[in-house]
Amino acid sequence: MVIRTSSLNRKLLRDLWHMKGQAGAIVLVIASGVGTFVMALATLDSLDATQRMFYENNRFAEVFASCKRAPNYVARQIVNIPGVSKAQTRIVLDVTLDIPEMPEPAVGRLISVPEHGQPGLNRLHMRRGRWIKPGGDGEAMVSEHFAEIHGLVPGDQVTAIINGRLQKLHIVGIVLSPEYVLQMRGGELLPDPKRFGVFWMSRRQLEAAYDMEGAFNDVTVTLMHGASEPEVIRRLDQVTEPYGGVGAFGRADQLSHNFLSEEIRALRNIGLTAPVVFLGVAVFLLNLVLARLIRTQREQIAALKAFGYSRREIGVHYLKLICLIVGIGVIVGVLLGVWMGAGLTRLYTQFYRFPSFRFELPLNVVVSAIGLTGVAAVVGTLIEVRRAVLLPPAEAMRPEPPASFKPTVFERLGLQRFLSPVARMILRKLEREPIKAALSCLGLSMTVAILVLGNFMSDAMDEIMVTQFEVAQRHDAMVTFVEPSGVQAFYDARHLPGVTDAEPFRAVAARLRNGPRHKRVGIQGLRRDTQLNRLIDTDGQVVSPPPEGLLLSNILAQRLNAKPGDMLTIEVLEGERPTRQLPITALIDDFAGANAYMDIDALHRMMREGPTVSGAYLAADPQQTDAFYHQLKRTPGIASVALTDVMVESFDENIAENQTRMQMFIVGFAAVIAFGVVYNTARISLNERSRELATMRVIGFTRAEVSIVLLGELAVLTVIAIPIGMVLGYGFAAAATMGFETELYRIPLVVHRTTFAFAAMVTVAAALLSGLVVRRRVDHLDLVAVLKTRE
Amino acid sequence: MVDAPPTALSSRAVFTARQITKVYHMGEVEVPALRGVDVELYAGEFVVLLGASGSGKSTLLNILGGLDVPTSGVVHYEGEELTAYDDASLTRYRRRHVGFVFQFYNLIPSLTARENVALVTEIADQPLDPVEALKIVGLGERVDHFPSQLSGGEQQRVAIARAIAKRPEVLLCDEPTGALDVKTGIIVLEAIERVNRELGTTTAVITHNAVIADMADRVIRLSGGRVSQVTQNEHKRSATELQW
Repeated sequence: MVIRTSSLNRKLLRDLWHMKGQAGAIVLVIASGVGTFVMALATLDSLDATQRMFYENNRFAEVFASCKRAPNYVARQIVNIPGVSKAQTRIVLDVTLDIPEMPEPAVGRLISVPEHGQPGLNRLHMRRGRWIKPGGDGEAMVSEHFAEIHGLVPGDQVTAIINGRLQKLHIVGIVLSPEYVLQMRGGELLPDPKRFGVFWMSRRQLEAAYDMEGAFNDVTVTLMHGASEPEVIRRLDQVTEPYGGVGAFGRADQLSHNFLSEEIRALRNIGLTAPVVFLGVAVFLLNLVLARLIRTQREQIAALKAFGYSRREIGVHYLKLICLIVGIGVIVGVLLGVWMGAGLTRLYTQFYRFPSFRFELPLNVVVSAIGLTGVAAVVGTLIEVRRAVLLPPAEAMRPEPPASFKPTVFERLGLQRFLSPVARMILRKLEREPIKAALSCLGLSMTVAILVLGNFMSDAMDEIMVTQFEVAQRHDAMVTFVEPSGVQAFYDARHLPGVTDAEPFRAVAARLRNGPRHKRVGIQGLRRDTQLNRLIDTDGQVVSPPPEGLLLSNILAQRLNAKPGDMLTIEVLEGERPTRQLPITALIDDFAGANAYMDIDALHRMMREGPTVSGAYLAADPQQTDAFYHQLKRTPGIASVALTDVMVESFDENIAENQTRMQMFIVGFAAVIAFGVVYNTARISLNERSRELATMRVIGFTRAEVSIVLLGELAVLTVIAIPIGMVLGYGFAAAATMGFETELYRIPLVVHRTTFAFAAMVTVAAALLSGLVVRRRVDHLDLVAVLKTRE
Repeated sequence: MVDAPPTALSSRAVFTARQITKVYHMGEVEVPALRGVDVELYAGEFVVLLGASGSGKSTLLNILGGLDVPTSGVVHYEGEELTAYDDASLTRYRRRHVGFVFQFYNLIPSLTARENVALVTEIADQPLDPVEALKIVGLGERVDHFPSQLSGGEQQRVAIARAIAKRPEVLLCDEPTGALDVKTGIIVLEAIERVNRELGTTTAVITHNAVIADMADRVIRLSGGRVSQVTQNEHKRSATELQW
């Protein structure tokens, strides 16, 4: 028994060695699938656990609300809202910062904390330094990411314009907060830890600086177990409304959390979809190779049965072979996954700030990878194994009958005169095994589709950049005033050094209602002839704010279930809080935020106010940028500045690097699939047809001519696969845009022709290369031997 | 040893092989297949190479057909030194001048009879029409059948048609009836005989079946890698008269 199994095992190892090229290609495909799976799910696990722990330990709030100025006793009303567990009131302000080595101004968010220690919610994690001292003048603790980028350490100072006065912030501590795992500000596309820093200061100081004694303008709460978040939000809105409340929101809409959740969701999607594609291809290839192996080993199988091996032993023998290939694939895949996961985690630690974040490989991920791959492979090859098991010994001793062929559809259509015998050989072969051909074709289509999907992101980003920053936002800076101001503030901004053009805007918080659906947004009033912040409608045309009515961003219209022509109820949440009915005149195709736009004069009329401005869009002379920036940093009354160039630059920095890395992996994975499919198909074709090909060589065909027969089939499949793959890829991209769409941003479905071309080229190159590897074997066809023996 | 040219036919030697040896290296063992063979094939003659298995007859045929190269010795074809050819020249040589018929037919299963022949006529200079070639072997009625729809004898005759369609100077047949029963074997031999007679193609047939030697102009016997005997048939018999 021992000897018997061990010689059968030896056969197994030798068979495997004999087909090492094919097995290697399959191992690569499996490893790619397992690697992506392990990378995504293990990183996801680590990220998820780290996030949960940070949130729990630091008591991250669940509902967030801000208002203009509410007296402290309102806090009691908030705590009394049914379902609220804890509430923490505070003062939150955005100010302009002057960072010495950075020409452009940055935005600082000042958040009040108790002087004597941690707040009840959103506790800080101290990295370095100490908590602020009671009475310590201008002491602040700063977010780690911002501090790191600017080399700030405890003892350093940062200049801020606080309520119109230059003030030094003395940094005493470097901290992390569950609210700012990512340092992101509303209205921006991406986190920008370089130009957005968060500072925690004593409440007493902020009260004094901003005239907030005995009051707060921000509150965060946690919920009791089982409390209804929407209900708490509704009640909280009622409480804060008289104090200029601009709408509470849950964690899901909290910027840092939302961004992080999106990343987790994306990882989960990758982790679940990628293995399906790769394992699908791998199972197909295993099937192909095993079928071939069993066909060539018919006589061996018969002999084994004749010696007395049982069906079970034969079945186990071939299953072992599958398991061996799969096993190697899984091992390589897990190693690949750990490597990629560790890399991804390193990348994440640059962006996401947690007290500690390490890559760990959970055992259950490895077990799932093994289980998933093993089951897929065994189930996928069971039919072939069964064939070996059921082969009657006597029949197996006889060679397989010659393959029967029939004329193809082309020929039945009477087109045969256009086809040479070689072309007919290729077409008939394809038609004879349509399922195999279709699956090979599908595999190659996947290559194209993966490439399209992988590169579509950079097309979409290009589109965003062009539409957003070249066509639409043509201003160089957007300044927001501390408070809605008279026209003088606008003229002051207009006269900053280097400013060549300026347009005012008015922003008011409002609740838009369409039947039962409602949403709190900021309505922006723009000049009808606005050139600096143009609006682009869904047809790509520039539209002006209408004299009467609203322009809505597409995402917002979807949320409200409204379309152009519908009447919306507008409840303004500022000033005299008027309510109006206005029609939607058109939808705007913007990428970030849920926005509504009006004519600025119509907005003034609605607000029953004079020419009030909330801020201005500025165009500046690039020659005078430094002077412009310098003055911006020092202008009181300007609460914050968003600079277009800087935004584009940070966008490029963040996205470009990740895109290149992503692309490398995607091209690699796609090439693996193309190689796996083409190499295996060609190798098997070569084995099956070596007799045919040798005959052709004997009767005078050259190597090149014979190779056409061998590779022509694959060329046809590749040519068919490319358009199919492009359509598939476009579908994947469409699914991805839908998957990525959130209230914060939207990714346009744009696939450039170059992306399609690139996908086709990489696929053709991979196919060609693997075809050539096999073609080299044509040179070694043994003409004499192959003619003598019957297969 | 120089053979006397056959009387009735031309005295022009198409092939001249001198001191051909062939040693196969099977792992660490050297297996000599030919040990110094001198042989001529004359234009238009029908030669049977007779020998037991392992006598070296296939090796000799493969060398003449440009499928294999000798370890030493020289082969001339129409005055050209075949043994000096590289692979590309050998391919060209096979393409232009040689027709092969194999024991196991080696038809392309995905091509019909006509297309199997056309496969060759497309790369030949002055080929026969494929249907015409099939008519010569008596298969004018089955041109659109696939190999799987033909009997063994029919498949072999398609193979002969394929071999002669390019009007080769030489037709080399390696055990053409080896896989066939007597009746079909004779039909196949008739086809070969007819090609030799009507197209004047120099024909060499390998066999271990001594009966077939009766239909040759000349019989070259090989044993142990050497030519043991060359005989001239005074009375050629036609294939239909053969029995085994």
